[in-house]
Amino acid sequence: MDHHTAAPAATQPVPPLPHTASPAAPYAAPATAPHTGPGAGLTIADKTFTSRLILGTGGAANHAQLAEAITASGTELVTVALRRVAPTRPPSDPPASRHPTGSLLDVIERCGVELLPNTAGCFTAEQAVRTAKLAREAFGTNWIKLEVIGDEDTLLPDPVELLDAAETLVAAGFTVLPYTSDDPVLARRLEQAGCAAVMPLAAPIGTGLGIRNPHNLALICENAAVPVICDAGIGTASDAALAMELGCSAVLLATAVTRAADPVLMAAAMRDAVTAGRAARLAGRIPKRHLAKASSSFEGMAEL
Amino acid sequence: MNVQINGEAHESVATVIDAVAAVTEARRGIAVALNGEVVPRSEWDRPLVDGDAVEVLTATQGG
Repeated sequence: MDHHTAAPAATQPVPPLPHTASPAAPYAAPATAPHTGPGAGLTIADKTFTSRLILGTGGAANHAQLAEAITASGTELVTVALRRVAPTRPPSDPPASRHPTGSLLDVIERCGVELLPNTAGCFTAEQAVRTAKLAREAFGTNWIKLEVIGDEDTLLPDPVELLDAAETLVAAGFTVLPYTSDDPVLARRLEQAGCAAVMPLAAPIGTGLGIRNPHNLALICENAAVPVICDAGIGTASDAALAMELGCSAVLLATAVTRAADPVLMAAAMRDAVTAGRAARLAGRIPKRHLAKASSSFEGMAEL
Repeated sequence: MNVQINGEAHESVATVIDAVAAVTEARRGIAVALNGEVVPRSEWDRPLVDGDAVEVLTATQGG
């Protein structure tokens, strides 16, 4: 939080970034947003969230920056991957170098947000199911972001393995949130398999290309009875807003924030984008027209 | 006895809990797979045999 403190008087004053203007409540959302209040939350399975932004933790430069980004984003749910523990440093190392900021779990706990483990890196249903069971054991949650990848270059989901894993995990009592391609038929099959949400991509993971097929995303939203969470491929705030305008219940993103030039400011931008996109969706946009329609009446025009 | 823990050879480990202790001080947020199968925490006293492969896993940053 060092950059929230005032610069020394001797230095040239620098205008604060928008998210640093008010250190007391730097990331407070507008209290008058019309879509807030009772019933406005996002309910997935047995949990209800106020925020409609889910943040992936991948790519953050360090724990301190990640914690600030989590806070700025307003998220209540963050994803983590399951990997081999890092080799323990020798006891001769100073404690600070061994655990400089505590574990990732400490960071998440301090932020007061919930954890959503993923099966990232799995290429088969069997691998993903085992990883989900290990995550349940490690973190005591039966929630799983199910990823089963079918291609190393695009990291696109393998639909056959994904559906297979989803069916197995639902039967084993998991709350399954599958990362899926933007295919309305596959999304319906995943929902029919008992998934608690469906999470179609905007574009391949980490590309930041934004929503490649808005029509498909809208079709998925129209047909789904479970929350639709746009997951992966978001590049900037307008992408997140568009996802919500198309009818998504939430947005899940990581790289767009963690690899932005200013991750904390982008996290705040994403929070606002999701809020704005949701409000615009509820407000009902005007139809698009081919020709102009005057917003100032011609009635009473002066004869000049 | 030779046991693989996270892909590295270890000799003086008799049980799953020994294998965990060999690679981390942490106990919270840890899961163990023995030869690909989950070992529930309640069974971490399970003895290891020569050639076992143990994976000790935890949370890392990920999308």
